[in-house]
This record gives sequence, structure tokens and C-alpha cells, in this order.
Amino acid sequence: MSVVAQNLHWGVRRKTIVSDVSLTVAPGETLGLIGPNGSGKSSLLRLLAGLRKPLSGRVDINGRDIARVPRRALSQQVAFVQQNAATDTNVSVRDVVRLGRTPHRSALSGWSEADEAAVVAALDCVDMTARRAQAWQTLSGGERQRVHIARALAQTPQVMFLDEPTNHLDIHHQIEILRMVRDLDLTSIVALHDLNLAAMFCNRIVVLDAGSLRACGTPDAVLTKDMLRDVFRVAADVSTRPGDARPHIRFRAA
Amino acid sequence: MTVADEPESGAGRLALFLGLSLIVMVFAVAVATAIGDYNIGLKTVFLSITNELGLTGADIAPIEQSVVWNLRLSRALVAALAGAGLAICGAILQALLRNALAEPFVLGVSAGASTGAVCVIVLGVGAGGLSLSLGAFAGAFAAFALVALLSNGATSGPNHTILAGVAASQLFNALTSYIVTTSGNAQQARDVMFWLLGSFGGVRWPDFQLLLIVVCLSLTICILMARSLDAFTFGDEDAASLGVPVGRIRLMLFAVTALMTATIVSMVGAIGFVGLVVPHAARYVVGPMHLRLMPACAVVGAVFMVVADIVSRVIATQQTVPIGVVTALVGVPFFAIILYRARPQV
Repeated sequence: MSVVAQNLHWGVRRKTIVSDVSLTVAPGETLGLIGPNGSGKSSLLRLLAGLRKPLSGRVDINGRDIARVPRRALSQQVAFVQQNAATDTNVSVRDVVRLGRTPHRSALSGWSEADEAAVVAALDCVDMTARRAQAWQTLSGGERQRVHIARALAQTPQVMFLDEPTNHLDIHHQIEILRMVRDLDLTSIVALHDLNLAAMFCNRIVVLDAGSLRACGTPDAVLTKDMLRDVFRVAADVSTRPGDARPHIRFRAA
Repeated sequence: MTVADEPESGAGRLALFLGLSLIVMVFAVAVATAIGDYNIGLKTVFLSITNELGLTGADIAPIEQSVVWNLRLSRALVAALAGAGLAICGAILQALLRNALAEPFVLGVSAGASTGAVCVIVLGVGAGGLSLSLGAFAGAFAAFALVALLSNGATSGPNHTILAGVAASQLFNALTSYIVTTSGNAQQARDVMFWLLGSFGGVRWPDFQLLLIVVCLSLTICILMARSLDAFTFGDEDAASLGVPVGRIRLMLFAVTALMTATIVSMVGAIGFVGLVVPHAARYVVGPMHLRLMPACAVVGAVFMVVADIVSRVIATQQTVPIGVVTALVGVPFFAIILYRARPQV
């Protein structure tokens, strides 16, 4: 499913947070969203997922204006993984993943075979099947993140938004999760802090700076020395190999 | 295609639990009807009730039959419904605000309802039974509005909302005390203060009928919205991303809470801790998912309140201890356990 945003504006009071952003994500693509702290990554992600209403502009998912799609119908196609969503409730891994079926169930409908199949597949995908009965509170940060992704997968979405899914994870789990997201057969839009990870796993990268879209393209086209200096205010060497669109960034200490 | 209810969920366990609780409740109501200043045998109680229902024509002293039917049975049943209602309110607020301490008493809704009711009683705003309920209702909504205002529509985070509730609670309790001490006479002040701590003394059948409608309606709404409440586990935005119309559900359930709290407070005063204690106890047995939690809260709350009412009548000879005192005596130690369990894990 494609995601098309046109001239999105958003802000609170007089502060503009997202300014005139337009972008197109092709079906099946993994799009990386990068930018410094406070550049509007999370806000843009929420606008695209329909969790916030833009002040102006529109978002079309699969050719339909999401402002006109009811919340529940939208959630049957679009999943959103927040960063570090927590709870004090004593729920099991399975309970959490089952929540992903919420948009597919009416108030009193029973638990269908389709629901069960989606939950089983989602747990399997993040390799948490063996721990499905474990209490949420006893999971590590990486396991919680995987369970959140499983819950999003249980929604059987065609588009998935992830807000910094690799935060607080060790490098093994960072790579694990992004590889999984890349290999999923759906359109995903991922906000990321780690530029090398974005280069490694995204088909295209969007750079946000102070709410505006600064660059958009393949990793080698976007991740340039000049961009890193201007937007991220760091000195870095960018090494590319011929025929490889995935550059490697080496930051300089001084 | 439906696979036998919900897997790994213990639907049978819930049914067993609800069944046992209902049996306990019937027993508790029978005991509550039998004992008092003047004890009546369980057999007489049973026959009095069946007589009134027109099922039997047993020879029972009219005074006993009247005491059983007109005073004690209505009282016990109102207690059961009030307990059920307050427990449901607690479960709703704990889910929506994602805070283990949320309940109408803590959030100042009970205090607001009390202020509204006291305005009617002491200041004589309006007249008649209906206006007392309306006063309580207006007060409960005023308290909700104040809490919503102070906490940005309850979107500023769970702790913020609880703090706003504490402020509202203080304000409305102060208003109530001010109205009572400046406008009422000594006897009125004593009556009102007694009522504020909770008393089932004055309730009759019309109260039961009204409360039955309100509680059944609210429970039905809660069960229909149980899935949506589950979706609030990880917060509002998460619920929205699961397809829940967050604003609408929130407004609807806050209204249900205000309606139930106001109805209960206008009849029996502000009874604390039931809404806090019962949902936590019920979660231990049936788990955190609301389709099961709501009916469990209703029956556990009902049993708890009927038993508390019995205790309040027998704990001191020749005296009825306010029901709020009994629920608090049980509730505070439980509160302490929750705080202890919720302490940061190191």
C-alpha cells in the first residue's frame, strides 16, 4: 500500500513543528525518517498514521484520504509502534499481542480462527512464541519492543509506522528488529536515530530539519558529508563502494 | 467461526467465580436481612419475602414481615447495587487513567456529588427527592469538569489527573463543610456529616429501583466497551492506533461514572475505598481484561458492601457505625498493600 502526504503542516500554538512536508512511499518500501532531536520525526509519523490531524495538507493511504476513513477501518490496515509504551497492568505477552486484534473485533464477537492465526504468526515472527505466557513486567526492553511489534503485526496491517523501534536495544537486537521490519511484506516507515542503521536497512531516507523536509532519496544520495554537517552538525566521513547504495558513516571526534 | 470463547482465558473459571460469588451474595443478603436491633430467623426472612412476592401465604407477624421487606431487604439490595456500582466506577477510572489509585472518591467526584446534595438539603435549592439526585449529579459533573480542566482533559498523564482529583476533592469537601457549618443548625450538621460518611439507613424500594436501572445500564455499557478499555493498557495514543475512538469512549465512560457516582452518593453518601479495593481484588482472580473484570467487579463489590453493612451494624452494640468507616477500615490496609506492591522495583 502506498502512502502519499501532501503539504502537511502541524504545530501547537504558534510553534510550527511540521512544515509543508510532502512525500510518497511506494508499496512494500521501507522508508527511514531521520533528523536531529526535535526535528519533528515523531510528529510527522503521527500525522502520517492519522493519530494527529494536520492543520493543513492531507495524507492518502492506498489512494484514500485518511481523514475520511473511520478510526477502526484505518487501524485494520495501519499499525503504529510507539517507543517505550509501558503499562502497570499485569498482562501477559499473549494478552498484549491479542490487543492487536482489537480493530478486527466487534464489541462481543468471539475469538475467531483468523484472530488466533494472526496472533500465532505474529508471536512467531518476533520469536516470542515460547514466552507467550510470560508476564509483561518481567520482559527486558528488547523483548518488550518485540512484543509491541508482534502486536502491530497481529493487526495484519499493510502499512506499519515505527517510532524509534531500536531505542535502548543492544546492537544485536537493533539489527534483528530492523532486518525483520525490512523483510516484512508491507510498507514500513521507521523513525531512526542511528544513521548507519538507516543506511543499512532503508530503501529510501527522508531527512527532517526543524520540521521541514530537507532531503529525500536513496541512502547514498541523502547521507552526504554536507548534509551531516548542516543538519546534524557533525563532522563525518562517508565511505561508499561503487555499486552499493548503502554508505557507511564514520564520525570524527574533532 | 468461533473457537470456544477465548483460548487460555479460563472462561470456566470466570463462570465458577461468578456463580460462587452470587451464592455468597444471596447468603450475605439473607444474613443482612435477618440481623439487626431485633433479630429475625432466616426461615421467617425467607417466608416473609415469598409472602410479599405472593408465592406463599405463610402466617408471619405483620411487623416482622414489614421489617424484613420494607426496611432490611431493600437496604441490603441497595447496598449490593451501590457496591457493584462503585466497583465498576473504580475499574473504569483505573483503566482510562491508567492509575491504580483512581476511583470516584480519590478523584473528587464523590466529594462533588456530596456538595451538590448538601446544597439541596441545607440551602434548600430546589425541592423533593429528584432534586437531591439532580444536585448530586450536578456536583459530580462539576467535580469532573474541574478535574478535566486542571488536567487538560485528563490527557496530561495519570499522575497529573490524580493530583487534580485530590485538589478537587479538597475543594468540594471544604465547600461542603462551609455550607454545613454556616447555614445549617447543629442537628442538621450532625445529620449531614453522618450521611457524608455513608449510611444505608434511609433507603427504600424506590431507591432500589432507580439504582437497579442505573447500575444495569452502566454495566451493559461497560461490557460493550470492554474491548476498548483493554486497548487503553498502553495509553490513549496506543488505543487510538488500535482503532478505538478515544475521545468518544472517554467522554461516554466518564459520563457513566459520574451518573453512577451521583446516584449512589445522593442515596447513601460518599463511601470511599470500595471503588479502589474491589477492582484490584477482582483482577487477582479473573485477570485484567475488562470483559471478565467488569462482571467480577460487580459481584465482588456487591458482596463487599453487603458484608460491610452487616459489620457496621454489629461492630458496636446499639450503634450503627457509618458504612464509610467500615469500608475505610478494610480499604486502608489494602491501599497500603497496593502502594507496597507498586513501589519502584530495584
